[in-house]
Order: sequence, then C-alpha cells, then structure tokens
Amino acid sequence: MGTIKEINEKEFEQEVTNSTVPVLVDFWAPWCGPCRMQTPVLEKLAEEVGPKMKILKVNTDENQNLAQRFSVFSIPSLMFFKDGKLSGQWVGFHPERELKAKLGL
Amino acid sequence: MNLNKEVLPLAIVGGGPAGLTAGLYAARAGIKAVLLSLPGGGMGAATDWVANYPGFPDGLSGFDLVERFRLQADRAGLMFITAHIDQIRSNEILFHLEGSGERWVARSVIVATGAYPARLGVPGESEYRGRGVSYCATCDGPFFRGKEIAVIGGGDSAIQEAIYLSNLALRVTVVHRRALLRANQALQKIAFARPNIVFRWDTILVDISGGENVTTVHLKSVTDGRVESLDVQGVFLYVGLKPNSELVAGFVDLDSQYAIITDPLMHTSVAGLFAAGDIRNTPLRQFVTACADGAVAAQSALHYLERN
Repeated sequence: MGTIKEINEKEFEQEVTNSTVPVLVDFWAPWCGPCRMQTPVLEKLAEEVGPKMKILKVNTDENQNLAQRFSVFSIPSLMFFKDGKLSGQWVGFHPERELKAKLGL
Repeated sequence: MNLNKEVLPLAIVGGGPAGLTAGLYAARAGIKAVLLSLPGGGMGAATDWVANYPGFPDGLSGFDLVERFRLQADRAGLMFITAHIDQIRSNEILFHLEGSGERWVARSVIVATGAYPARLGVPGESEYRGRGVSYCATCDGPFFRGKEIAVIGGGDSAIQEAIYLSNLALRVTVVHRRALLRANQALQKIAFARPNIVFRWDTILVDISGGENVTTVHLKSVTDGRVESLDVQGVFLYVGLKPNSELVAGFVDLDSQYAIITDPLMHTSVAGLFAAGDIRNTPLRQFVTACADGAVAAQSALHYLERN
C-alpha cells in the first residue's frame, strides 16, 4: 500500500483549495492511537479510488494554524473538500465500510 | 505469503494488550498464529500513563507499553495482518473472518477487540463531537491548552485523564454523580493535590451547548435538583466502556452489556472461539487483566487445537 502525502500550511492552497478533484484530508498526530488505526484504511482507499479523489494528511502538531483554521478539536478528523470547499467532516476512527458510505463510494 | 489461501490454526482479532499477549503465548508454543488488527494498540495505547502494570516501577505511557508487547510478540514469531475484521462466523468446522474486503479461514479464534468509551446520551453530546466533546484525552488534550474543561466520571479513567488534562488546561472540573470517587486512592491523592482540578460532587451532566463549538454545560445537583451552567470549551466523557462485540453479535452469547460471556478458561458459547480482555464479561478492565486473559485464551486455544 502506498503512503499518503503529508501537506503543510503552504501547500494547502495548491493541494486542496485549488484541486480539480475532491480531497479527503486526515488531520492527525503521531501520539494518537485512533489516528494510527485510520492510516492503513486511508492508504487502502487511496489505492482503490485512484486519481478521481485525493487523500492527504495534515499533522496537527506541525500545522497548528491549519488545525485552528478548521477548528480541529479532536483527531483523527477527516475533512472532505469539494471544489475547494469543506463539504463534510467526520471525527474519530472510521472503518473502511463506514468511510466509503460517508463518501458515497 | 498469502494467508488468505490457507487455513490458519489460530487467528487472533485485536491488537491491544489481550491480543498481543495471546499472540506471544501462542507463537512461543510453536503455533502459527496470526494477529489481525489495525495499528494503534487499542484503548490501552491511549492511556497517557500506566503506573499499575507490574515490572515498571517508574510507570510508562500506554503507548510505549503496547509497543513493547508488540515487539515481544513479533520477536516470538507472531504474524501480523493489517485488517479491520467486522464479522466472524463458522461453518461448524472452520471459522470465517471477514473485513477490509478480504476473508480469512481459521481453525480457532481468539476475539480480543476490546471496548470503546460509552456515550452518555445527553443533548449536544453527538452534535459537538469533535467540536469540544471528546472521549480521548491523549488524542485531543493538546487542542485545549489554557482552556476550561469538564471531565465527566469518577472512575480510574476519568481521574487519570483529568490529571493529564490539568497539565494542559487552565482548569479541569470533574463532574461526578456521587460524593465519592471510584478511582484508586493513588490517583485520588494526585488529583486532590492539583490546584487546577475542582470537583462537583453529586452532580450530573444535563446537556452540552454552544455556538459552532462548545461553550457551556448544564450541571444538575442530584441532592437538591438545582441546575447551574458552567462555561467550558472542552467536555471529556469517561462514563464506562462498551465492548466492541458487533463482529460476533448473534453468533456468540453476550451479556446484557454486550460483553462476550466466557468461563475462567476464556471459552465462549462457541467451541473453538475464545475471548480475552475488555471484550469479555470481566470484573476489571486493566492492562494486567487483559494480558492475563490473553495468556489463558492462548492456552485454551492450544488445547482445543490438540483435540480437534
């Protein structure tokens, strides 16, 4: 399974806001157990959906401004962006089946 | 190596203390045991500090302790598969485990999927999840630096995490429905000595409210019925645990709390299927009890495999 690209505040505009495809952003931190559970689920999903959707990660420890901008108070927080706009937000670990249902896949 | 194609002697489901210890014992006994789980180490790994696991007199983080279990099981030869199992069934002879779009077949199974923090079910709780309501202090504590926090509950988890949060927050208000804590004396002593932990005894949480994020909780005294509001940005709930038993619901006998019913040998109502740790009807949900269950379950699984 491939690894998921980590982005920082500088790259956010380019990678998320200006993206031509929907983007799922995983706000996470290395100290958080449920975040570590979420990662392989996202890696598998990324492989399945291919280029029609982007899946990215934001380390809230290293990007506190981004975490604040999106009012992240719990991690993992999965945020779904369509046309650069936030269209869904799901908090806590989500197994593959649940996540796919939320994303309409 | 494609483990989907062969019949596994023993599949262990869950990567917390119970599953990892079961795996350690099975691997050391020479059984080709496979542990199916997602990384993360379960709820134990989310415990900020473990001071009651024997052998570590200085204490250590739950994260580090689970990592040590994993390393030890790995060295003993336990095999690991990254998968989230959502259903276990059998055809009388073999068990079928399904999840993550795949299927595994095993002669015996140890279910060690643990428990998750119970929801209290008060208004605002689900609406504000991720916007101030949390069930994991080690995950979310850092987002509440310098803020006002309420911790709901009076057991070991509530007080342990109230102490952790008091290192970050401006103030932690522990809301407990009784006049005495259930938490152990060692934890109580630390909590009572913290100047920024305050207690609201004989008090229950009525609701959680706010704008976009949590701003207020309403608290009700159980002695005189008086309702008061408290301004907080964070609400951490530690009001008990719910077993993660959905994967065997309707297949294995559960008690009224949805815990798998076992005997002292970790046998369940289904021959060849064993349960260990927080998932079962245990009187104590701790690292040390989960590990002990895992060892007993592995031993019982070995006996089962010898006879069948």
